[in-house]
Amino acid sequence: MSKQIIVPFGPQHPVLPEPIHLDLVLEDERVIDVIPSIGYIHRGFEKLVEKREFTDYVYIAERTCGICSFVHGATYCQGIEQIMKIDVPERAEYLRVIWSEYSRLHSHLLWLGLFADSFGFENLFMNAWKIREDILDVMEQTTGGRVIQGSCKVGGVRRDISNEKLDAMAKDLDRIDRDMKELTTVFLQDSSIQHRLRNVGVISRDDAYHLGAVGPTARGSGVAIDTRKLGYGAYDRLNVPVVTDSCGDCYSRCAVRARELFTSTDLIRQAVKKIPDGPIDVKVTGVPDGEYFMRAEQPRGELVHYLKGNGTKFLVRSRIRTPTLTNIPPLIKMLQGCELADVPVIVLSIDPCISCTER
Amino acid sequence: MAFFEMVKTALRTVMQKPVTILYPLQAAKKTPISRGHVVFDGSTCISCGICLRRCPSQAIVLNKEAKSWQINRFRCVVCNSCVDTCPTKSLTMDTRYTAPAAVQGVETFTITYVKPARPEKKDESG
Repeated sequence: MSKQIIVPFGPQHPVLPEPIHLDLVLEDERVIDVIPSIGYIHRGFEKLVEKREFTDYVYIAERTCGICSFVHGATYCQGIEQIMKIDVPERAEYLRVIWSEYSRLHSHLLWLGLFADSFGFENLFMNAWKIREDILDVMEQTTGGRVIQGSCKVGGVRRDISNEKLDAMAKDLDRIDRDMKELTTVFLQDSSIQHRLRNVGVISRDDAYHLGAVGPTARGSGVAIDTRKLGYGAYDRLNVPVVTDSCGDCYSRCAVRARELFTSTDLIRQAVKKIPDGPIDVKVTGVPDGEYFMRAEQPRGELVHYLKGNGTKFLVRSRIRTPTLTNIPPLIKMLQGCELADVPVIVLSIDPCISCTER
Repeated sequence: MAFFEMVKTALRTVMQKPVTILYPLQAAKKTPISRGHVVFDGSTCISCGICLRRCPSQAIVLNKEAKSWQINRFRCVVCNSCVDTCPTKSLTMDTRYTAPAAVQGVETFTITYVKPARPEKKDESG
């Protein structure tokens, strides 16, 4: 038996956009165990909920993550609305869906770019981010912010999108779809990518389910879970297809995200077709008294916001369970038995977002 | 399985001009509703203090006695909350970003608004 050595991976590593530390226990070139540790960028967001009024905390909730920011803001607002039993106007619900799906497009394109970068395909990385720029432009035109939209508030949304703009956005999606089709063809069919990703970081369906994988990590292993199927917001009036792949390797997780791009554009088109005219917000009176678990689908998987109010302007507890946290145990399972050179690709394949995880 | 799938895209991009812009030599992209930085107008501010209560990052300091309004640009997260809630529309959002700075500091503005004198009550007895 060869000698075991421990190689530290991260928190500073070229492939990691955010800091996570993994102690890799190696036997020769093979990883036999992994010890993860987080805690590099804890910012104490959940404690801030006691110091800011519940209507102002939405701006802080949104800054939990730099990529899925809109979904955090919307989930927080929906949680508060459930506690206070506020009926949000239908137009606001549809606008939230449209912005959420644009967030998903931008997050998946960002990830596809980073993933291409992790296996050394620089040209593909730049092309993915070029398409992402078109999505960010639409975000800025409609909300005023590129990645921190700030367009959600308790009781509705802060900005309306005119019907002409919505039609123009849906029309522009055809062009973006064509560009994305060309991009995803490379990801799904190019031989060099298949050689690099097939049978790397395999996790079986049972393991993914029992270790609590969520989002594309679970769907890549054939577990068909998607929180959008719960029908929160306006999702109950839209046809949400669940994209799955059965192999459970890095290629499957990449394929799921690549194909989800088109379900997102389809959802935006459906929402633009069905969006009714009307008000975009209701006046919020009173204070939240009660507690609620709000679940929503982030680009990375299922997000849970637990909110508790005690009848004052300040909430007493906010707890955010982010998808990356639950995807770390499956990640460790994937890493056990892999080659050292595959570690960066496998770590990135779960789309780690550590800022979210530590808040 | 296909080979050289990327070639078509790569060749086309070589022929095109760059999609990036040379910021700050060229102006950054902006839209009419882009959130750049908060602009304060001291001539209409009534020192109500709603902006500093609504500010999620506590970037605004108001001193009623000294008639000064301060903003720390490093703390400000440009959420538009103060602009939305200002009752006299003294705060507006500019679409341009502030220039990068190496040293933290606060920007101080003077409130020049003077409360108009109440019209004197007419003598009711007369």
